[in-house]
Amino acid sequence: MAVIDLANPTRFLRIVDRVLPWLIGATVFLLAVGLYRALNAPDDYQQGATVKIMFLHVPAAWLGMFGWALMSVAAIGTLVWRHPLADVSGKAVAPIGAAFTFICLVTGSLWGRPTWGTYWVWDARLTSMLVLLLLYLGVLALYWTAEDPGRGARAAAILSLVGAVNLPIIKFSVDWWNTLHQPASVFRIGGSTIDPSLLTPLLIMALAFTLLFVTLHLAVMRNEILRRRIRSMRLMQAQEVHA
Amino acid sequence: MNLGPHADFIVAAYAVTLFVVAALIAWVLLDYSAQRRILGDLEERGVTRRSRRKG
Repeated sequence: MAVIDLANPTRFLRIVDRVLPWLIGATVFLLAVGLYRALNAPDDYQQGATVKIMFLHVPAAWLGMFGWALMSVAAIGTLVWRHPLADVSGKAVAPIGAAFTFICLVTGSLWGRPTWGTYWVWDARLTSMLVLLLLYLGVLALYWTAEDPGRGARAAAILSLVGAVNLPIIKFSVDWWNTLHQPASVFRIGGSTIDPSLLTPLLIMALAFTLLFVTLHLAVMRNEILRRRIRSMRLMQAQEVHA
Repeated sequence: MNLGPHADFIVAAYAVTLFVVAALIAWVLLDYSAQRRILGDLEERGVTRRSRRKG
């Protein structure tokens, strides 16, 4: 089956109905393994037991950024190709990406207090991550308040593309500026600086969070397709009444 | 499992994450059942989509 066949919402819904139970099962399994490994991981020699917060904070940060990247790709689909599912996908990602970005900021703050001695500093990494959350809220406001869904979708798509500029700023902020936030320690030239006893649970949690993200994304897309179906049925009903 | 002197921060981080994820899942499930119910009501009243209409 060609990828373009997925553009048919009915076919897409059929595939989602078939795939979702497997995704839910895999997510629950990986989350259980990841949480077990995370809670039983050894303490870090500097951070002590607070390293356990990293198993939530780091995957949430990655997925907050991944969500925006996905929304930007969907935005191109909306603006350039007017792909029927591109806007549905973009709209579905926004609340999930916002939730993961929020988790990243809160858990980072709860880690910062015992480790740095403060909940918050206006450092480049933290500030650019807060900007990402505000951008997510902006996109959600555009989707949820637009009277004409088409115009709202186009405005949200433009904001998604403009906001994508923030992604490299988040990623390289720790290299470009002198920040309190530590530089990259997982994906870096020369390999990870994290001990395998901590890296393994981190990667398992990252995979589990990614599966959770994908599962939620597909489920929200399904809801959105049904919502649009209801809207078009109501419009047709209204047209018939007035005819 | 000993969480050390900063146990409160660790527990709070896990609790907030659990709450946000649970809220997200609950919203998705409630929204799904609401959409299915509305769709069912419309179909019961004979309202169909253009693509389902004959002729």
